[in-house]
Formats: sequence, structure tokens, C-alpha cells
Amino acid sequence: MNELTIKITGEAGQGMQTIGAALCRVFKKTGLYIYANQDYMSRVRGGNNFFQLRISDKPVSCPVEKADITIALDKKSVDLHKEGVTKTGILVLDKEKFGISGVPKNFFHIPFYKLANDIGGNDIYINTVCCGAILGLTRTGFEYFEEVLKEIFSGKEEKIVAKNISAAKAGYDFVTAYFKDDKFKVSSKAARNTLLMNGNEAIALGAIKAGCKFYSAYPMTPSTSIMDTISHFSAKFNILVEQAEDEIAAVNMVIGASAVGVRSMTATSGGGFALMVEGVSLSGMTETPVVIVDAQRPAPATGFPTRSEQADLDFLIHAGHGEFARAVYSPGTIEEAFYLTAKAFNTAEKYQIPVFVMTDQHLADSLMNIRVFDLNRVKVKRSIISKEDSAQISGYKRYKLTASGISPRAIPSWISDVIYVDSDEHNEEGHITEDAAMRVKMVEKRFYKKMSWLSKEIEKPVTFNIEKAKKVILGFGSTYGVIKEACEKISDKNLGFAHLPQVWPFPKLELGRLLKGKKIITVENNAGAQLAKLLMRETGFCVSSSILQYDGRPFNLDYLVKRIKELRQ
Amino acid sequence: MNINDFKSNDEIAWCPGCGDFGILNSVKKVLVNLGKEPKDVLLVSGIGQAAKLPHYIKCNCFNGLHGRALPPAVAAKIANRSLTVIVTTGDGDCYGEGGNHFLHNIRRNVDITVVVCNNQIYGLTKGQASPTTDLGYKTKVLSNGVILEPMHALEMAIVLGCGFVARGYSADSEHLSWLIGEGVKHKGFSLIDVLQPCVTYNKKNTYEWYSKRVYKVNEGPSYDVYNKMAALQKAAEWEEKIPIGVIYRKESDSYEDRSGLNNKIPLVEEKIEDIDISEALKEFS
Repeated sequence: MNELTIKITGEAGQGMQTIGAALCRVFKKTGLYIYANQDYMSRVRGGNNFFQLRISDKPVSCPVEKADITIALDKKSVDLHKEGVTKTGILVLDKEKFGISGVPKNFFHIPFYKLANDIGGNDIYINTVCCGAILGLTRTGFEYFEEVLKEIFSGKEEKIVAKNISAAKAGYDFVTAYFKDDKFKVSSKAARNTLLMNGNEAIALGAIKAGCKFYSAYPMTPSTSIMDTISHFSAKFNILVEQAEDEIAAVNMVIGASAVGVRSMTATSGGGFALMVEGVSLSGMTETPVVIVDAQRPAPATGFPTRSEQADLDFLIHAGHGEFARAVYSPGTIEEAFYLTAKAFNTAEKYQIPVFVMTDQHLADSLMNIRVFDLNRVKVKRSIISKEDSAQISGYKRYKLTASGISPRAIPSWISDVIYVDSDEHNEEGHITEDAAMRVKMVEKRFYKKMSWLSKEIEKPVTFNIEKAKKVILGFGSTYGVIKEACEKISDKNLGFAHLPQVWPFPKLELGRLLKGKKIITVENNAGAQLAKLLMRETGFCVSSSILQYDGRPFNLDYLVKRIKELRQ
Repeated sequence: MNINDFKSNDEIAWCPGCGDFGILNSVKKVLVNLGKEPKDVLLVSGIGQAAKLPHYIKCNCFNGLHGRALPPAVAAKIANRSLTVIVTTGDGDCYGEGGNHFLHNIRRNVDITVVVCNNQIYGLTKGQASPTTDLGYKTKVLSNGVILEPMHALEMAIVLGCGFVARGYSADSEHLSWLIGEGVKHKGFSLIDVLQPCVTYNKKNTYEWYSKRVYKVNEGPSYDVYNKMAALQKAAEWEEKIPIGVIYRKESDSYEDRSGLNNKIPLVEEKIEDIDISEALKEFS
């Protein structure tokens, strides 16, 4: 077996995330590729959550339907997940603790509660016992776990480390003694030189690399770990992270910091973004660059706080009253999340506009090992009048009308002139005006001229077998991984795909060329087929069908393969 | 610098006799007295008659959204602490639409000065009640009179721990400019609520009405400006007698002290072209 899926499930608070994170680090150390995602409820205790981990000798990037090894930490999980076991798979449980007798053949009993208490004197150690059991089942060298544990508990008492190692060893030894089948053995050295991170961490690092020095946000799942990550590095890179009183404050703070010359960002989810919308329009009107991340979750209103959806597409490309230019990036991989966030800062500053990075819970929280970033690919290109050049500036006008539509942007206090910035319609100096002719010029500057430049710099769609294919799957954002794997698995020479890392300005010329004469199928995590409709509006192309999922869960590979195959018949 | 160095060429759109003229003159005088240069001052406003004020002074200006003057003002100060940041806002902008930012920016205590042009009415939208309109005052919308308790902004500010709470009167421009100057000198969030007659829509709180009632608070032996309970009582005086002057003072560390900003180079001066994140990436390897 060169690929394996492990699911750890239990109540919130039982530490699935801790086990999952530790296992990811162990498997990464051995050199396996990892894709891990969490399915969690919006609660701190109780309910049923799971952490799913796919490990492989080839890159993996999406969830699958069933797990080879399912570890149930409580009785409820046994009932909920027993159908989710693969034909050759097992469900691991503590039948003594759960009071279950007469279990089917694919259930494997480990007395993890007893083992935990014998060694640690506490239920807390069931996590660690299970970790040991999984390492035993997969025939992974125990020494990797010891290394990881020492890293995780660095700075803590040696007694705690020793107890955890003993607990894991107990689980490991139990499995070695009683589970003689090597069918879950998996190993690879291919992915050793990689980085292990999730989408939100990649976004945070992209922002740091791009020179973001001010970050303000209101906590909102699933965007919050962007703030956590930037905050973690804030002292090292002199970044000020400010938790705002609400999202309206967050976006207006980011605009204020940017207006005086500091690269700034905020992140939120749909509901918080709804509050920011007037600020988006302010950024458009005052021509103040900002970067806004929308980590989508199922809506309307509070929706599913901890789950995933791609239903903000229409919202993001239209958000804000009035007409002005914007760009919307829609990364599909963790690498794209890094590079496109960094690029968003250059684009925002160059055109003095709001730029969005649209992700969702799936990409935000999915943990994968990825190629080490090529930092030379990220060039910070400042589009302001430098401090040195500011000395020569006189007669400055913030909104000077130029052929390109872009007014040179000076920084307050660097030039000897003063700078007026206004949310009212304004003249070149930035003072309020009611003049019709000036209004027309300003609208054309903010909207037509900037859009025409942005349209020349659209991120190219990522394609697969598109020249030969008769049928093309079209997707944006986090569906990239699952679409790619599904097409590879189906392996039909008539099937190709295009993933859009940027949805606004819409790549209509490129898609017009790529999709002409093809049967088009969109794959979208929403109910409205928003991408299909956007494609029609922008290119006139109609899709033959849309595969939509709007249950709050990301597509899994097996389900998508099935849906694509159904279409072929 | 003299007063002409702060002269703007923009045409003033206020009604003749508007209390805002007195405030405009006071702000200019303060800047001259404090020896500021136009390029080093940032005036921030939201929307309303008071929010037009930054256009009428030659200084940097950020005229943002209604109710949202404070968030960009504090962020601009955080981004470039060499700027002197003064917010000119109104009772609707600051206490109504922007109420949440008012509360939390007092807590945040960034070193900015907030001048609230409080005419107790909505001027720009033509005469509706504001959060500070007196009980019983009749408007087109509230033809039986205002039934909501007015917002007691100064008392709120004292309770929230604002370190500089003052009230001025637009007709006493000398005193007002002294007050604003004290506010600018105070380290942290300073609030100056300014009684400002609206000659068009507020027929109750007129120049005559205010002039009969205002009296100056004398900081010193008779009034301990650092005494919180005394300040609360002073701030609550209304109807018969209205105190103007510094009502409350408290010295505490500003946001810039607490956040460590004061120990680092201003964010705007950071060179960002070649940030090396390779060490940070090691945490993920």
C-alpha cells in the first residue's frame, strides 16, 4: 500500500487536533506526503469532531470518502463512523470502556483508557496511546515520535515528556503484539525536504514577506489563524497586530494605516466582510490600497461557522456601492495562497485599489506538506514616491489626472506639500467637488482605466490536458486539489480541467481561447453555480452542467470522481 | 509658521454664523502656537458639517466615512507616530454612527486629539435629533419631542478611563484653542467636546442659551481635575450651569508605550523590499 487514510474521531476537547498535528509531524519527518483536514463543530466541548489524515508517497491534496484506520475515542464515534471504513480498513476502539461486546471482524480493540491510566494515571494520555497505536499499525519507526514529542514539549518538564513517551510506547507495543498484519505499512522518503503548513499560515507568511506592517482584524472562524500567525512573528518583523472592536473598525484602520504609507491587511469571513463593505468602497474612492482576505464559510448569516463553502464569489466581485476597480485572487493550493497574497500587496499598491484573497475553511485549515517557497519569486515592488524623491516634489495633487489613470502617490510628512484624501467626490487636489465634468474624469480614472490595466495582468488559469480534452472541468479556489486528483484518477484523454487562481478581473480572453468548442462543467462548493453564471456573463459560454456541493463540506475525491463519471454516461 | 500658513483655498460650505467657524479658528491657532508645520499634521474626519473642517485648513486630511473617523485616525498615528493627529468630528459622527469606535478607542488610548463639534442636532441631513439633543426637543421626525435620554459623552469618557476630558465653547475661541492645545500635549486619547450652536436647525441651544450658562472650570485648589468622582459630578452639570474647561485628567501609558511602538522605528520607515523570512519558514520544516 502506498497510500493510507487515518481518521481520529471523538468529542470536542478530546484532543484530536493534538494527535493529528503530532502525527503529521511524524509522518513528514519520515518523508511521507500529507493531506490533513479537520471536521469540527462550533463548540469547545462535546459533539463529534474528526481529524482526517491522508499519507502517501505522492502529493495528496484533498479528502477521500473512507478511512483505512479509524480511531474512535468515544462510543458515539463508533456508531457515527463505522460506515466510513474502507473494505480492508479497521475501526479501532476501546470496547471495554465503551461497553460494547461482540464487535464485527473489522473492529480492533485497544484498551487505550486502561493503558493511559496505568501509565499516566489520567484519561488525558489516551491521545498519546492512540498516537503510538497508529505508529504501530503503520509500522513507523518509534524514534520519529520521540523526536517530535521532544519538539512539542520543549521547555516542559522532562517528567511530562517521559510519561508521554511511555504512553505512546504502550499503544505501539500493544499493536505490535496483537496486530500482526502489515497491510497498513506505508513509507516514503520523497517528501522530506518540504514545509508543513495550512492555507492560513501561507497567507500570513505571504503578507509578512510582502511587507505588511499593520494588521487589524476581528476574530472570525475560519480566518483567525492568519492573525495568530502574523502575531506570532510580529516582534521579529516589527508588525503591529491590532484586534479591532469590530470588522468596520478593522477595515477602516487598515485604510488609515495604508493612507499614510504602510502596507496593511485584514482578514475575515463572509459575515465580517459584510460589515467591511462600506470600507471597500472607501478604499475604491480614496484610492487607498488594502488587502482583504475572505476565508469563506457557509452562510447566510452565521451559517456553519467551522465549515466550508464557496458562495461569496458573487459577493466579493461586487461588494461595495458604486463602481471602482478591484482584483480578486482565488488560490487553490497552499503555495498559491502564499504567492498570491504577496502579489496582492503589489497589485493593491500599484493601482491604489482594494485587492481580495478569497479562500475558504477548506484551504484555510488543510495541512499539507509543500515545496519550500522560492523566495526569489516574490519581488516587493513599491509604487509610492520614495522618501528620497519626496524632497523634489512641489505642487502635489493626490488625485492628479494622468493618462494611465494612476496618480503618483506621495506619503504625508515626506513631502513638503499637504495631501487631501476624501471619500466625497473630489477634484485633483482631493477637495470636495460637485462638478459634473470632474466627476466623469474621476469615475473613468478609478474604474475604466484601472480595470484595463488589471485586465492585462490576470493570473493565468492552471490547466491540465486542456488542448486535447473535449470536456473541461472549471473551478476556482480550494477545489483545485480535488479536481486535479479526480481528473488524474479518471485518466480520460477527453477530460481536462482549468483552475482559476484569479476570478476578477475575469480571465475572459484566456478562457475564450481555452474553452472554445469544449463541453464545460463547473465544480463549485455553492448552490447557485456562481462560477458558471460569471463565465456566461463574461464570455457568453454556457456550461453543460455544474457539479455543486453545498452541505458545508468540501468535495471528497471519491464523490467527485463518481459525479464526473455519471456525467459521462 | 503663522496663521496664513494654515490657510486653505477651499470654499467654505457652512451657514453664515455656524459655530464651526470658531472651532476652525481655534484649531488653526493651536497649530501656530504649538509650532507645527502643515505637513506634519493629519486632520481626520468622518461625515457631517464638522467633518468638512479639515478641508478648510492647510494640513494633511483624511475625510473618511460617516462614523468612522477614529479607526483611520488611530491607525495613521500607529503607522507614523511623527504625525500630529487631530480628529474633527460631530455628535452624530462620533457618538451616534461611530459609538463603538468612541468606546474602544478611549480604551485603546492612542495619542490622538478628538474635537467633537457638538451642536446637539443633525445639520447636514437637515435637523434630525442627534445623540445629544435635549429631551423634549421637537424635530420633523420627532414631532412630539425627543424621548431618548441624551448621551452623556463626557461622563462615559471619564468612566472609560480617558486621560483628558474637556468641554469647550465655540464662541470662546481663545479658551477653546488653549483647551485643544492641552489635548494635543496630553499623551494618549484626548476628548474635547465643543458646544457649537447650529444657527439653522437648533432653535434651543443657541449662542444666547449657551452664553448664559457656560462658566470656566478653574483647575487648582478649588477643583481637583484628577479626582474621578468630582469630575463625574462636574461633567454631569447641565441646564442651569454648564462647565467648560478641563474636566478630568489622568496620566497613564499610551497605546504607543504599551504596544512597544515607541521603542521601534515608525512602521512607515521600515524598509520592506528585502524581508528575509527564511528563518520563519524553518518553523514549518
